[in-house]
Amino acid sequence: MMLGAYLAYSLIGRFGAGPLGYWGGVLLAALAVGALGVLLERTLLRRLYGAPELLQLIATFGVVLLIKDAALAVWGAEDLLGPRAPGLGGAIAIFGQPVPQYDLLLIVLAPIVLAAMWVALSRTRWGLLVRAATEDREMTAALGVNPSWLFSGVFFVGALLAGLAGALQLPREPANLNMDLTIIADVFVVTVVGGLGSIRGAFVAALIIGIVRALCIGIGDVALFGSVVSFAKLTLVAEFVVMAVVLVARPWGLYGQPPGPSAIAEQRDLQVPPGRRFAIAAALLMAALAAAPLLVDEYALVLGADMLIFALFAVSLHFIMGPGGMASFGHAAYFGLGAYAAALATRSMPMELALIVAPLAAGIGALVFGWFCVRLSGVYLAMLTLAFAQITWATVYQWDALTGGSNGLVGVWPAVWLSSRVAYYWLTLAIAGGAIALLWRVVFAPFGYALRAVRDSPQRAAAIGIDVRAVRWAGFVLAGLAAGLAGSLYAFSKGSISPDSLSIPRSIDALVMVLLGGLQTLFGPVVGAALLAWLQDTLARHTEYWRAMLGAAILVLVLLFPQGIVGALGAAARALRQRGIGKRAAAA
Amino acid sequence: MTQPLLAIRGIAKAFGGVQALAGVSFDVGAGERVAVIGPNGAGKTTLFNVLDGQLAPDRGSAVLAGRALIGLSSQAIARLGVGRTFQVTATFASMTVRENVQVALLAQRGQTYALLSPLRARLADEAQSLLKQVGIDSLSERAAATLAYGDLKRLELAVALAGTPRLLLMDEPTAGLAPPERARLMRQVSDLARLAGSAVLFTEHDMDVVFAHADRIVVLNRGRVIAIGAPSAVRANPEVRNVYLGSGRDPEARDA
Repeated sequence: MMLGAYLAYSLIGRFGAGPLGYWGGVLLAALAVGALGVLLERTLLRRLYGAPELLQLIATFGVVLLIKDAALAVWGAEDLLGPRAPGLGGAIAIFGQPVPQYDLLLIVLAPIVLAAMWVALSRTRWGLLVRAATEDREMTAALGVNPSWLFSGVFFVGALLAGLAGALQLPREPANLNMDLTIIADVFVVTVVGGLGSIRGAFVAALIIGIVRALCIGIGDVALFGSVVSFAKLTLVAEFVVMAVVLVARPWGLYGQPPGPSAIAEQRDLQVPPGRRFAIAAALLMAALAAAPLLVDEYALVLGADMLIFALFAVSLHFIMGPGGMASFGHAAYFGLGAYAAALATRSMPMELALIVAPLAAGIGALVFGWFCVRLSGVYLAMLTLAFAQITWATVYQWDALTGGSNGLVGVWPAVWLSSRVAYYWLTLAIAGGAIALLWRVVFAPFGYALRAVRDSPQRAAAIGIDVRAVRWAGFVLAGLAAGLAGSLYAFSKGSISPDSLSIPRSIDALVMVLLGGLQTLFGPVVGAALLAWLQDTLARHTEYWRAMLGAAILVLVLLFPQGIVGALGAAARALRQRGIGKRAAAA
Repeated sequence: MTQPLLAIRGIAKAFGGVQALAGVSFDVGAGERVAVIGPNGAGKTTLFNVLDGQLAPDRGSAVLAGRALIGLSSQAIARLGVGRTFQVTATFASMTVRENVQVALLAQRGQTYALLSPLRARLADEAQSLLKQVGIDSLSERAAATLAYGDLKRLELAVALAGTPRLLLMDEPTAGLAPPERARLMRQVSDLARLAGSAVLFTEHDMDVVFAHADRIVVLNRGRVIAIGAPSAVRANPEVRNVYLGSGRDPEARDA
């Protein structure tokens, strides 16, 4: 969509702003985006169809980063406002209010596109095949349909419509580089609120969200609890509030169907408790890390502390995603809650105490949000976690008096005896390392097994007397506590804290760390966290286009190691060992 | 009969316009083995899902030794001593065979929330002896996901027995197995249930198994009980013959 806007800008610029040039530009831009979508699908994403769904999402994120920097390189960082559509520059008075003609055109155009999609999906052979292939790809292939081109076709239409939307939006809103994540979030929200797979649902959801936003702007500033709450600014989260309400009331969206039990059970690897060798290796690693301040400079120590903090953050997310089977798209909420709680608590109590209290605040957040989230599953659960994270973010962003709003809080420094870089590094190592070890212990204690039991087969878990929701809820809270601890360590290491610490990109970072390292492994998230922290730091220092490099690095890693890095290493080690056994058997 | 272990009264459940259960009533005595049979769509699995709390019925009651089951959650019903095996086996794929049983034992003793001590040694001996009872103790270190189907059914049985159930609900315990293995598994079930003093309520398509192992048979058709009684009486019941074949053929002769 962002590309659509930019391309339309360029094409209209080239063809001139006459009617032919304008509409030709819009259409060509849409077609070009569609073609690019197909190219991406055929070269990249299709290699990932066998991989876990979440990994596909991460790959898409990598593509977004790449495209964003490509747009930056070609069109620069300036916002580009497109020309008015020829002949539609005026306004028409409706109920005494002038309404731009162009807006009226869009109001007419949207239902037409909607109707066309509906007809294409429900009345044509192509639509029938697409729906069949979505239900059961293998069966459709067995019936002699090539699902490969079918999916490319779907991608083409999807990208084309997105490009069209971007191009059409151009005269109303300048093309800018922040269109990407905001809009991806919007689109996910609309789809989920409507119910996956329901076009009618998506349309109704878009309407509701639009109306709520308009209402927020209309209400304006209202005094609430002694401070002024600006409803106008709430438009930032209106859609997430709507989503939270809808998902709590209707767990499958407005028009969605409860997902049937999946026909193919997910392949689960046997998870063996780590043995003595793992414990020794971990102890050696801790010793090496403890010795690091003797060998490296201060800059490396700061980076090292960041890596440790993110390792704890990633392990806490892995705890609910791996053993718990609950993907959280809003894990940054607990990280941020911990960070802000630490910053606020340190004003009224010693830093050491704040470090204990702050994670509890995150835990309470997880207790409240988790109660709703554990009732859902799959994508719906992930989206509800995202909604709560965005609501938390908006609250922090708005509540100037307490949180400093967009500026955040400064002067969050550790106690004097911890103020040197080395001392704080050691503190981070001890706390993060200890917390990670504890979480790993829980994974192989009865509670961890209960969590996995609930993931592997909720039906069976209930049949042996496990309270499925309570176990998931407890797991959610534990992960929230650990993320909050990571967040409070982060606040004291930086000395300041801003709303960025609980924004969507931070949540995505955590997801990338876990999946890069390997969801099915124990050590994976630690490796993923260290790698991502290092990549971000190095790339940001060496190139202006670090986002593109990061996106490319993520894509390469995802393509090379669909099981994650540690997962791939583990598989290689097993293969080697088996060959060894084979050789010995042959020798005997 | 004195006070029955399980008293089912007037249970009804409709899905949309389809009346899956239309007022089902019968009793199961302590230690009794009762088979529920009937053609496809008779309501057998729906009945089981109502009894173990997965489905709420529209009407009716089920009382287990004085406790009402309707309205309770699956896990609460399990804790009252109702074990369950499923038509399509459900086990914990990421765990070993023994760990599957250990988790069940822990759940039964309320140790689910132990956070720090490793699972490994907890109740391992007890789990092992349950596996020995069902005859798969040699497989205890294997991943549950790699078991052959018959062994998976045995693992489910061991997991269900871990709760020392007063009542075992078994939905098609022998489905998917070859005839000789069906007979062997059902003999095991019978022996173990007798040993543990558990009543067994099971559905089954294989009439050989039903007539060999049921003390009593309940015949369902379109959500109604059309016959109930000892195997010989049910076999002679003309309505049962009619439902099964539309003719006078013996239900036992029906190919499963």
